[in-house]
Amino acid sequence: MNEYLLSIGMGLCVLVFLILYRVVFGPGVFNRMVALSAIGTKTLIILLIIGFLYNRVDMFVDISMVYALLNLIGTLAASKYLETQGENY
Amino acid sequence: MNVTDILFVLFMAGGLFFFTTATIGLLRFPDFFSRLHATGKGDTLAVFLSLVGLGIYEGFSLTSLKIIFIAVFMFLAQPTATHAISRAGFRSGLKPWLKEEKKS
Repeated sequence: MNEYLLSIGMGLCVLVFLILYRVVFGPGVFNRMVALSAIGTKTLIILLIIGFLYNRVDMFVDISMVYALLNLIGTLAASKYLETQGENY
Repeated sequence: MNVTDILFVLFMAGGLFFFTTATIGLLRFPDFFSRLHATGKGDTLAVFLSLVGLGIYEGFSLTSLKIIFIAVFMFLAQPTATHAISRAGFRSGLKPWLKEEKKS
Protein backbone atom coordinates (compact mmCIF):
# COMPACT_ATOMS: atom_id res chain seq x y z
CA MET A 1 0.00 0.00 0.00
CA ASN A 2 2.95 2.31 0.52
CA GLU A 3 3.87 1.97 -3.15
CA TYR A 4 0.37 3.08 -4.11
CA LEU A 5 0.66 6.16 -1.88
CA LEU A 6 4.09 6.90 -3.34
CA SER A 7 2.75 6.68 -6.89
CA ILE A 8 -0.10 9.09 -6.04
CA GLY A 9 2.47 11.48 -4.58
CA MET A 10 4.63 11.19 -7.71
CA GLY A 11 1.61 11.93 -9.89
CA LEU A 12 0.85 15.03 -7.84
CA CYS A 13 4.46 16.20 -8.17
CA VAL A 14 4.21 15.86 -11.97
CA LEU A 15 1.03 17.95 -11.89
CA VAL A 16 2.78 20.61 -9.81
CA PHE A 17 5.52 20.87 -12.44
CA LEU A 18 2.87 21.24 -15.13
CA ILE A 19 1.26 24.09 -13.18
CA LEU A 20 4.65 25.79 -12.87
CA TYR A 21 4.32 26.62 -16.56
CA ARG A 22 1.28 28.76 -15.75
CA VAL A 23 3.11 30.36 -12.80
CA VAL A 24 6.04 31.41 -14.98
CA PHE A 25 4.26 32.33 -18.23
CA GLY A 26 0.87 33.36 -16.88
CA PRO A 27 -0.09 36.54 -18.75
CA GLY A 28 -0.85 38.50 -15.59
CA VAL A 29 -0.50 38.43 -11.84
CA PHE A 30 -3.99 36.97 -11.46
CA ASN A 31 -3.25 33.86 -13.53
CA ARG A 32 -0.20 33.34 -11.38
CA MET A 33 -2.31 33.58 -8.24
CA VAL A 34 -4.73 30.96 -9.54
CA ALA A 35 -1.80 28.65 -10.27
CA LEU A 36 -0.29 29.26 -6.82
CA SER A 37 -3.51 28.40 -5.02
CA ALA A 38 -3.74 25.24 -7.14
CA ILE A 39 -0.18 24.31 -6.15
CA GLY A 40 -1.10 24.99 -2.51
CA THR A 41 -3.89 22.41 -2.49
CA LYS A 42 -1.65 19.82 -4.15
CA THR A 43 1.12 20.42 -1.64
CA LEU A 44 -1.40 19.78 1.12
CA ILE A 45 -2.07 16.28 -0.19
CA ILE A 46 1.64 15.59 -0.80
CA LEU A 47 2.35 16.60 2.82
CA LEU A 48 -0.20 14.13 4.11
CA ILE A 49 1.15 11.36 1.87
CA ILE A 50 4.65 11.99 3.23
CA GLY A 51 3.19 11.74 6.72
CA PHE A 52 1.69 8.35 5.89
CA LEU A 53 4.93 7.11 4.33
CA TYR A 54 6.95 8.10 7.45
CA ASN A 55 4.28 6.61 9.77
CA ARG A 56 4.13 9.92 11.69
CA VAL A 57 0.65 10.85 10.62
CA ASP A 58 -0.35 12.81 13.74
CA MET A 59 2.56 15.25 13.27
CA PHE A 60 1.99 15.75 9.56
CA VAL A 61 -1.77 16.18 9.95
CA ASP A 62 -1.15 19.20 12.16
CA ILE A 63 1.36 20.60 9.67
CA SER A 64 -1.06 20.19 6.76
CA MET A 65 -3.90 21.71 8.79
CA VAL A 66 -1.81 24.84 9.38
CA TYR A 67 -0.78 24.82 5.73
CA ALA A 68 -4.39 24.75 4.55
CA LEU A 69 -5.28 27.67 6.83
CA LEU A 70 -2.27 29.72 5.71
CA ASN A 71 -2.96 28.96 2.07
CA LEU A 72 -6.45 30.42 2.42
CA ILE A 73 -5.29 33.49 4.35
CA GLY A 74 -2.44 34.13 1.89
CA THR A 75 -4.78 33.97 -1.07
CA LEU A 76 -7.32 36.28 0.56
CA ALA A 77 -4.67 38.82 1.56
CA ALA A 78 -3.02 38.81 -1.87
CA SER A 79 -6.34 39.20 -3.69
CA LYS A 80 -7.39 42.04 -1.36
CA TYR A 81 -4.12 43.82 -2.15
CA LEU A 82 -4.28 43.17 -5.88
CA GLU A 83 -7.85 44.42 -6.08
CA THR A 84 -6.64 48.02 -6.12
CA GLN A 85 -2.96 47.59 -7.05
CA GLY A 86 -3.41 45.10 -9.88
CA GLU A 87 -1.63 45.80 -13.16
CA ASN A 88 -4.76 46.67 -15.16
CA TYR A 89 -5.97 49.18 -12.59
CA MET B 1 -7.72 -6.36 0.39
CA ASN B 2 -10.56 -5.61 2.75
CA VAL B 3 -13.20 -3.00 2.15
CA THR B 4 -11.29 -0.04 3.58
CA ASP B 5 -8.32 -0.66 1.24
CA ILE B 6 -10.59 -0.83 -1.80
CA LEU B 7 -12.39 2.36 -0.74
CA PHE B 8 -9.02 4.03 -0.12
CA VAL B 9 -7.74 3.10 -3.57
CA LEU B 10 -10.92 4.33 -5.27
CA PHE B 11 -11.00 7.65 -3.41
CA MET B 12 -7.34 8.42 -4.08
CA ALA B 13 -7.66 7.47 -7.77
CA GLY B 14 -10.69 9.76 -8.05
CA GLY B 15 -8.78 12.54 -6.34
CA LEU B 16 -5.85 12.19 -8.69
CA PHE B 17 -8.19 12.12 -11.70
CA PHE B 18 -9.87 15.38 -10.73
CA PHE B 19 -6.51 16.97 -9.94
CA THR B 20 -5.42 16.08 -13.50
CA THR B 21 -8.53 17.52 -15.09
CA ALA B 22 -8.19 20.72 -13.04
CA THR B 23 -4.56 21.06 -14.14
CA ILE B 24 -5.44 20.51 -17.80
CA GLY B 25 -8.19 23.09 -17.40
CA LEU B 26 -5.75 25.52 -15.83
CA LEU B 27 -3.27 25.16 -18.68
CA ARG B 28 -5.54 25.06 -21.71
CA PHE B 29 -8.42 27.42 -20.98
CA PRO B 30 -8.25 30.74 -22.88
CA ASP B 31 -9.03 33.23 -20.12
CA PHE B 32 -8.40 34.04 -16.46
CA PHE B 33 -12.02 33.44 -15.41
CA SER B 34 -12.36 30.09 -17.20
CA ARG B 35 -9.08 28.94 -15.62
CA LEU B 36 -10.41 29.98 -12.24
CA HIS B 37 -13.60 28.09 -13.05
CA ALA B 38 -11.66 24.89 -13.67
CA THR B 39 -9.30 24.99 -10.70
CA GLY B 40 -11.82 26.33 -8.22
CA LYS B 41 -14.19 23.41 -8.68
CA GLY B 42 -11.78 20.69 -9.77
CA ASP B 43 -9.34 21.18 -6.93
CA THR B 44 -12.07 21.42 -4.30
CA LEU B 45 -13.53 18.06 -5.25
CA ALA B 46 -10.11 16.47 -5.68
CA VAL B 47 -8.91 17.63 -2.26
CA PHE B 48 -12.13 16.40 -0.68
CA LEU B 49 -11.86 12.95 -2.28
CA SER B 50 -8.19 12.57 -1.42
CA LEU B 51 -8.64 13.66 2.18
CA VAL B 52 -11.64 11.38 2.71
CA GLY B 53 -9.57 8.56 1.20
CA LEU B 54 -6.69 9.25 3.58
CA GLY B 55 -9.10 9.50 6.48
CA ILE B 56 -10.53 6.07 5.63
CA TYR B 57 -7.03 4.64 5.35
CA GLU B 58 -6.20 6.04 8.79
CA GLY B 59 -9.12 4.21 10.37
CA PHE B 60 -11.17 5.55 13.26
CA SER B 61 -8.96 7.79 15.44
CA LEU B 62 -8.36 11.41 16.43
CA THR B 63 -6.02 11.83 13.48
CA SER B 64 -8.66 10.78 10.97
CA LEU B 65 -11.04 13.21 12.66
CA LYS B 66 -8.48 15.98 11.99
CA ILE B 67 -8.16 14.84 8.38
CA ILE B 68 -11.94 15.02 7.94
CA PHE B 69 -11.83 18.47 9.54
CA ILE B 70 -9.28 19.59 6.95
CA ALA B 71 -11.51 18.14 4.21
CA VAL B 72 -14.56 20.08 5.44
CA PHE B 73 -12.46 23.22 5.91
CA MET B 74 -11.00 23.01 2.40
CA PHE B 75 -14.51 22.42 1.06
CA LEU B 76 -15.49 25.79 2.55
CA ALA B 77 -12.19 27.65 2.08
CA GLN B 78 -11.47 26.93 -1.59
CA PRO B 79 -14.66 28.56 -2.95
CA THR B 80 -14.02 31.57 -0.70
CA ALA B 81 -10.52 31.97 -2.12
CA THR B 82 -11.83 31.50 -5.65
CA HIS B 83 -14.46 34.17 -5.10
CA ALA B 84 -11.88 36.56 -3.66
CA ILE B 85 -9.52 36.09 -6.59
CA SER B 86 -12.23 36.44 -9.22
CA ARG B 87 -13.61 39.62 -7.60
CA ALA B 88 -10.11 41.07 -7.37
CA GLY B 89 -9.49 40.22 -11.01
CA PHE B 90 -12.80 41.66 -12.18
CA ARG B 91 -12.47 44.83 -10.13
CA SER B 92 -8.95 45.44 -11.33
CA GLY B 93 -10.17 45.67 -14.89
CA LEU B 94 -9.89 42.15 -16.33
CA LYS B 95 -12.67 41.65 -18.85
CA PRO B 96 -14.03 38.12 -19.56
CA TRP B 97 -12.84 36.63 -22.87
CA LEU B 98 -15.30 36.98 -25.73
CA LYS B 99 -15.52 34.60 -28.69
CA GLU B 100 -13.85 36.74 -31.36
CA GLU B 101 -11.05 38.05 -29.17
CA LYS B 102 -7.50 36.67 -29.05
CA LYS B 103 -6.68 34.22 -26.24
CA SER B 104 -5.29 36.07 -23.21
